[in-house]
Amino acid sequence: MDKDFVKPTEAQLKARRKRSVALAIALAAFVVIVYIGSLAKIGPGLFERGM
Amino acid sequence: MALVDQEQMEDTAYRLSEAAPGDFIALLKPRVMSLVVFTAFVGLAMAPGVTNPLLAVISIAAIAVGAGASGALNMWYDADIDAVMGRTARRPVPAGRVTAGEALGFGLVLSAFSVATLGLMANWTAAALLAFTIFFYAVVYTMWLKRSTPQNIVIGGAAGALPPVVGWAAVTGTVSMESLVLFLIIFLWTPPHFWALALFKSGDYERAGIPMLPNVAGHAATKKQIFIYALLLAVSGLLPVVAGFATLVYGVVAAVLGVGFVWYSWQVLRMPESDTAMKPAKALFGYSLLYLFVLFTALLVDRLLVSLGLVF
Repeated sequence: MDKDFVKPTEAQLKARRKRSVALAIALAAFVVIVYIGSLAKIGPGLFERGM
Repeated sequence: MALVDQEQMEDTAYRLSEAAPGDFIALLKPRVMSLVVFTAFVGLAMAPGVTNPLLAVISIAAIAVGAGASGALNMWYDADIDAVMGRTARRPVPAGRVTAGEALGFGLVLSAFSVATLGLMANWTAAALLAFTIFFYAVVYTMWLKRSTPQNIVIGGAAGALPPVVGWAAVTGTVSMESLVLFLIIFLWTPPHFWALALFKSGDYERAGIPMLPNVAGHAATKKQIFIYALLLAVSGLLPVVAGFATLVYGVVAAVLGVGFVWYSWQVLRMPESDTAMKPAKALFGYSLLYLFVLFTALLVDRLLVSLGLVF
């Protein structure tokens, strides 16, 4: 059944690695933006929750 | 019998992508994005009220990504006509580096994230305006107007004119007369800017079958329209002074810039039909970019001088 699978070329693997790294950076940046933005918008009260 | 007829499948449906991250950045139209960032920032900086600098930066980033998303959606839909125009043939989709489906998914995901981020970090009025801007550019302009009327860039120009309104709304949560003046300036700037380009690129647009004004109404009619819009733009450039949110210092700069715009447009109007080099049209196109940049910078500087108490 192996012959039914497409074997990626070296160029395709390289491009996929680069896209994965870029996506990881973008997602990490988004997490940081949401975290910092939440602190800036809500302030220290962000962590003050009634028990 | 094969369950899936390979012949019926689109070539791009099963091939593995070789797209690099740079190709996806190109989908965002970085040069258009830079103008959006700048005009949105001016709208944000001119708005009354105080906003957290971090939230301001995040708001501008969200507006920039939203504008980029609409660029990606534009490139998804326009791949067929981009392929036949020299200026756009090397874009990622027509060049085959990014599939149409990838561009569509990229554009939709970024649209959703940018609108949600602006809503959560600024306010939902600004987010709604950003969503409307993306919708107007991708659907109203790209899918409808661009291929159907020579007024495409006049009406579609509203999308490009909205960023300062979004920036203003990010601070105030409202749309005001002042932000609409900024909208009007870019709205009136768009037709002469793009028609100057369409004059010396009319062959490209004709090959692609896009009904730009020079191809439909002719060069003479386009030159007249450019001149009329230049006059309207020169007057609208003074409106911030009339509306009371800029001083005479800005007014003098706007007047000089406006006279320059009218002069360059006059040179285009006088350009003979036999002129194939079209240097005046190219000069106007270049000047129009400078005009918008300097005019909006003057607004910022004027506001700064007022806040420092140097001008009243």
